[in-house]
Parts: sequence; structure tokens; C-alpha cells
Amino acid sequence: MSAATHEADVVIIGGGLHGCSAAYHLAAKGLKPIVLEKNVVARHASSASAGGVRRLGRDPAEIPLAMASLELWHRMGDMLGATGDFRATGQVRVAETEADMAACAARVKLTRSLGYDFERLIDRNELRRLVPAVSPAGMGGIHVERDGYAFPFKATTAFRHKAEELGAVVREGTGVTGLDRRSDRWEVATNAGNFRAPVLVNAAGAWGGEMAAFLGDKVPIEPTALMMMVSERMPHFVDPTVGAISRKLSFKQMQSGTVVIGGGFKGLVDRITELTELNFQHLAQSARNAAAIFPIMKGARLIRCWAGIEGFTPDDLPVIGPSKAAPAAYHSFAFCGHGFQLGPIVGAITAELIVNGKTNLPIEPFRVDRFPAH
Amino acid sequence: MTETVDLAVIGAGPAGMAAATLAAEHGLDVVVYDDNAEPGGQIYRAVETVARDRAKDFAFLGESYRAGAELTRAFRASRARYEPGTTVWLVQKDRTIGISRDGKARMVAAKRILIATGALERPVPIPGWTLPGVMSVGAAQSVLKSAALAPKQPVVLAGKGPLLFLVAAQYVAAGVKIAAILETGARKWDALPHLWQAWSKTNYIGKGLELIRAIERAGVTVVRNAVSDLKAIGRERVEAVTFSADGSPGRIETALLLLHEGVISNVQLTMAIPVKHAWNATQRCWQPVLDARGNTDVDGIAVAGDSGGIAGAEAAAHMGRIAALDALRAFGRIDGPTFAAMIVVEEVAQKRLLAARPFLDALYPPPDTAAAIADDTIVCRCEEVTAGDIRKAVDLGCTGPNQTKSFTRAGMGPCQGRMCGLTVAEIIAAKLNRPMEEIGYYRIRPPIKPLTVGELAALE
Repeated sequence: MSAATHEADVVIIGGGLHGCSAAYHLAAKGLKPIVLEKNVVARHASSASAGGVRRLGRDPAEIPLAMASLELWHRMGDMLGATGDFRATGQVRVAETEADMAACAARVKLTRSLGYDFERLIDRNELRRLVPAVSPAGMGGIHVERDGYAFPFKATTAFRHKAEELGAVVREGTGVTGLDRRSDRWEVATNAGNFRAPVLVNAAGAWGGEMAAFLGDKVPIEPTALMMMVSERMPHFVDPTVGAISRKLSFKQMQSGTVVIGGGFKGLVDRITELTELNFQHLAQSARNAAAIFPIMKGARLIRCWAGIEGFTPDDLPVIGPSKAAPAAYHSFAFCGHGFQLGPIVGAITAELIVNGKTNLPIEPFRVDRFPAH
Repeated sequence: MTETVDLAVIGAGPAGMAAATLAAEHGLDVVVYDDNAEPGGQIYRAVETVARDRAKDFAFLGESYRAGAELTRAFRASRARYEPGTTVWLVQKDRTIGISRDGKARMVAAKRILIATGALERPVPIPGWTLPGVMSVGAAQSVLKSAALAPKQPVVLAGKGPLLFLVAAQYVAAGVKIAAILETGARKWDALPHLWQAWSKTNYIGKGLELIRAIERAGVTVVRNAVSDLKAIGRERVEAVTFSADGSPGRIETALLLLHEGVISNVQLTMAIPVKHAWNATQRCWQPVLDARGNTDVDGIAVAGDSGGIAGAEAAAHMGRIAALDALRAFGRIDGPTFAAMIVVEEVAQKRLLAARPFLDALYPPPDTAAAIADDTIVCRCEEVTAGDIRKAVDLGCTGPNQTKSFTRAGMGPCQGRMCGLTVAEIIAAKLNRPMEEIGYYRIRPPIKPLTVGELAALE
């Protein structure tokens, strides 16, 4: 423990994708941010995520951000010197019933009415062309080109390393124990020394609610363990990332041949030990969903299941933007299991807010004070 | 409704069989899950088949192997339910067990669990160890036991430890030609102070000397004490082994190279629960922390046999019975005086057998060579990750084996790090110059044995 106080332009709490992205964008604008991570970089949601880079099916409020973020994903190599293994293999959502088909049509009509044309209604033949291994029950669905997936840990460390190259500092094993605002500076106490900066960013993921509470912002947040499983390597059989209209499923075959299956099934979280416990009854449902859409999977051997700790809000939307209770503090947390794709742009938004005081992207739906008092 | 059982025993080796036999004798509802088709574990693999169909093979498999037949007979005669061909892929702290048999997964709620999953051979990552024709001594012995398949061409055995000489002696007795035994540094002088204790209390030393005499009588070349820098050479498969003996280079042509550097506790299951573990600096491996009766820090979950600490097959059976007695006492199936009388017999026998450990530990110290593993040597076979990849990840900020998974994919393959966990952690520890306790081990996630999507989908 060092008695000296470390100075920086911005203190970022949380070394996940969002914290590292904010650190990169701030450093790129010439500021010196310091990232405080209580564990190790990308310990939870940022390495346990399924890694979907998806606009398909997003809440309309998130679409403008997701559109901008996708452009950053496509430019990742130029921007960071590493791509996070992003592959634009497309995303497909499968319809299995007439009702599913109607839901697809309604969804595509909705996004068109908002002025977006990235979602495309597909019929049975087009579904088979895109996903030859799909079950005969697949009637059609929605296809989105240019979406895809990346490798979460690599994407996070790509931001981290570029940020460090530009002068940012990342401190692992440094957990915040107290926040205080004194003479226009944030004083941040941790288990590994004190830090001081004029500006603070809360990118603490599932722990973001606690950090917000330090600032006086009340956010009802539920830490949740989203479970995933992975198979052994299989011969290549599918390109796009595949979901289903009426099933909880996220399905992709990685370049190595392994198949990663998710879909939002929940395990148990122990926030103190930061460990998770899997629920195999739920994973059995996940397995049934995967086998229903891809019969080829019945004989595939699962070699590992895991869960990542992620923060959820009541309206299933993240918290992005300035603190309402405290000056010079910004939030970027609680992405409710769909923040991976948004990582590149939300870091840029946070940096814009800090440097320019504004952003051109609509972040009003994500304001921190939208939750009724509870 | 969930299936329930008083005592679930995982593993049908000596510890599991002895525990189940005794517990069932006293009326406990016992079930034994084992992934093999026959009881016996690794040490007594296929002992029933040999006794029934190939009794003459006892001649080369030896007396200590034949001892397994009696244990197996008693287990078969007991009322313990036996589920062979059953994979245990999950054990939770609440004592829910996930098993799979005949293509279907199911959950069982156990009041108590005894883990008796035995030992694994310590991985020996030398250059070329992934070539066809290079295998572990233990794997070669399995084939010899279950199928009486002995190599046709001369073999080279390299490494150290009792199993190495046992297999060599079995080969000699079975008429297999041994090109050479390359011993990597037995420490006779370090072991000497422990010799009397081991000699006076157990027959291990006498048995060991008999094996060595038999090997020598057969005229086998044994290169002693100074072998290092082992390399398996070959293109499509192993063609030769090169090494350094007392500083001078050696080369032996062989199509089969068998490696062995001792055994370590199989902790995949206990790590996955997880129960508390401690680093054993003498044997250089992780072990669950157990009380004198094998109980872990998780209520109702105990460990017996080599999976709780290497002690050998005979000690494992005693440890199994000790754990069974503890369970019987907890269930009120035996009274205090009976318990005391029975447990003392097992404890005395077990203690006597453990007397040989200090000698063996000192004679065959595990290799401490992580720092010397060449950068281009593969350490994770599943994902083909080299020692150099691990070191590069450390340079990029990787501080432990769990991050190594993300940085390099080491430990992400079907074996879940069984083959690389120790090596990866030792390489990181050596590079960062920090103790193994701080470096830790992989977080093992279920399923700890592969499970098909179809099997899992069948789970209710």
C-alpha cells in the first residue's frame, strides 16, 4: 500500500470492456485516464460473454448506438491494431411457426418505420441457404448482414493495450472502498492506495449500482449469472450467429470449430466471492433449444459450461451518461447481457461527454434517474 | 422426484470399493458410480476379466495386482449398488450429483458423498511428447492389463517412480524387450534417512528391490541418476529418444517411448465443487484439505484414496473404510464403541503404509523444471499451446492459469486442463518468481467429463 495519492485526468472504475473502451477513447483525446479494476481485466461479463456483435432484435432505443458501434467494430483493426477476432459472419433469427413469422414481419416493419433497413425478412429457402444445418422446422426468419461475433477477452484487451500505449494506466487488484469529492477533485480510496482526478467514470458492470450509490444515484440493479456452454471442436457447419424467435438461444460456431451456446439462462451469483454456480436444469433447457434448431448438435460433446456476472436493470436497458447527483461523474454500466456490441461506441460517448460536454447520439433513454424511487 | 441415496461413492478403485463394501454391510444405502465397465480403478483395471479368462497373466502382472481380485469379489458380493459405465460430470456443494449413463443425464441427491477418483500421472512435457509412439507408462500398463497387449518392438522407459519399475518388471515377465530404462534423477542419498522407517514398517522396499533385480537379471540397460534433456525425435511418429547422461549426449532408436514422473492426486472433481485445496510442496501437486477421516470443508463430502493424497492402493482401501466408518457413525448405523474398535484397526494399518512415503518422496522428487521447458514445447495438448505462448501471455499481463485460458486457450480443451494445469501454473510461477499458492489453479467448470447435448437435453 502506497501512502502517495496517484493523480490522473480521469479515474475509471472497472476494467471490463466498457472501462477499457472509455480509457482508450479518453487517451486518444490526449487525456490520462487510470483504470481501477478490483480483480483482473475482463474478469466477469467481459470475458464470459458469448461475444455476439448484434444489431438484430435490439431495443429501438439502442439501435442508433448499435449502428455507430458496428462501424467501430469494422474499423477495430485500424483503430486498435487488433481486431478482437471480430468476424462479420451475419446474424440470423429463426422462426419455427406462423406466429414466429408474423413476429418477424412485425419486427422488420418496426425497424423500417424507424428508418433502418439492416434487418431483412427471409423465407424457408433463404434460411436454408444461410444456415444449411437448420432443423426442418425452420420456416424463415430475420437476417442481418455485417453483424457477427468477436472474442470478448481479446476485444477487451485490445482496448486495454491500445489505451496503455497512449498513456492510460490500468491497475488490477485495486478495489474501490470509498469516493469523496474535495475541491473539484474526486478522491478515490482503494485497497491499494488513493487516487485523485477531476473526473470519474463508473464502468463497474454488475457492481455499478454500488458505485452509483456512492455518488448518490440510485439504480436498482440485479447481478445475474448468464450461463453459456461450449462443445468440443466440430467440422464446420454454420457461419452466422443464430438465435430463435420463440426460444432462448444464442448459437455460434467459432473458427476453431467449437460451438458456443447461450441464450440468457441464469445461474446463481455469489457477489462476495465473485463466483457463480450453474443451474443444470436451466442448461438442460438450453441444450434442448440448441438441439431443436440444430439436430446435428445432439451428439456433440459439451466440454465446459460457465457463467459471467452481469448487471440487470428493471427495464433491461443500460445506464449511460452523467451522474445526476454528483458533478463530473459519468456512468456506463448495467448492460443487461447485451452490452458487448455497444462497448466501442459507449466508450467514445463517455469520452465525448467528458471532453466536449455533449454527444450527438441519443442517450436520453439510458439516463441514471429514470427509475422510480424504490 | 429426485433420486436420493445415503452414500454416493465416486470411483470403483480400491478406496471406493472398500468404502462401499463396508458401508453396505452395515445397512447403508450405497451407490458406486464409475466410468469403467468393470470395478478395480486404474490399479486393478480388468482384474475380474484376468481372474476369469486370463489367470495365467497374473504371472507377469504380479501378486499386488492379484490382491485386487479379493477386494473386487467382496464388493460384488456386497449390497452396494454398482453403476458401471457411468460418468459423474457434476458435484455441487449441496451434494447434488450429475451423472450420465446410457446416453441420459440425471441428477441424484446424496446425503453423503465419498470421492475416490484416484490419481493421474504427472504430465511430462518434453519436446516431441505429442508424437505418436510416445505415451505414459500408466497408459501402456492399462493396455497390458485390459487386453494383454504388449509392445512387439523394444521400448524405452524414461522417468522415475515405483510405477516405472513395476511396468518394466511386468514387461520383462511378459517377454517384452526393453531397449533401455532412462532414470531421471532418483536421489538415493536424500532418501537414505527415511529408509529404515520404510523398510521396517512396509514391504514396499523389498518389493521394489525384487522388481529391480528381475529387471537387471533380464539384462536390461538401466541408465541411472543423471538423465536429463529428454527429447522424442521423429517426423510422423517417434523414431528415437535423445538425452544427456552425466553431461554426455545419448541416443536410442525406439518406436515406443514411455514416460513417467510419478502420480498426482486427481483433483478435477474436488476443484470443480470446489472444496478447499492446499499445495503439497513435496509432491508438487494440489490436494484437497482433509481431516483424519477424509472430510473436506464442505459438509458431507469426503475424499479417500489417492485423490486425497498419494498413498497407494493398499492405503487407499484403508482410507476408504475409515471414511465409510465415519459415514456409518454419522448415520447412527454403528455405536460409539464399535466405531472406535473398527476405526483403530484401519488407522493403524494405514499409518504403517504411510511410513514408506517419506522415503519414496525423497527418492523420487518430482521434477522442478518448469523454468527449463523449451519455448517451443507444447504444454496444452488439446489446444496445442506451447511453453513460449504461456510466457508471452505473462509478458502481456497474465497473472494466473485462469487468465491463461483467455490469453492462449490453454486448458480450454476437452481435458479441462488435466494434462496441462500443473505445467502452466509452474511456468507462470517460475516466470513471475512467485509461489504456487499465489498462482493457483484453473477454475474447473462442469461438466468435468464431456457430456453430449443430447444427454444434457434429457435431464429433467
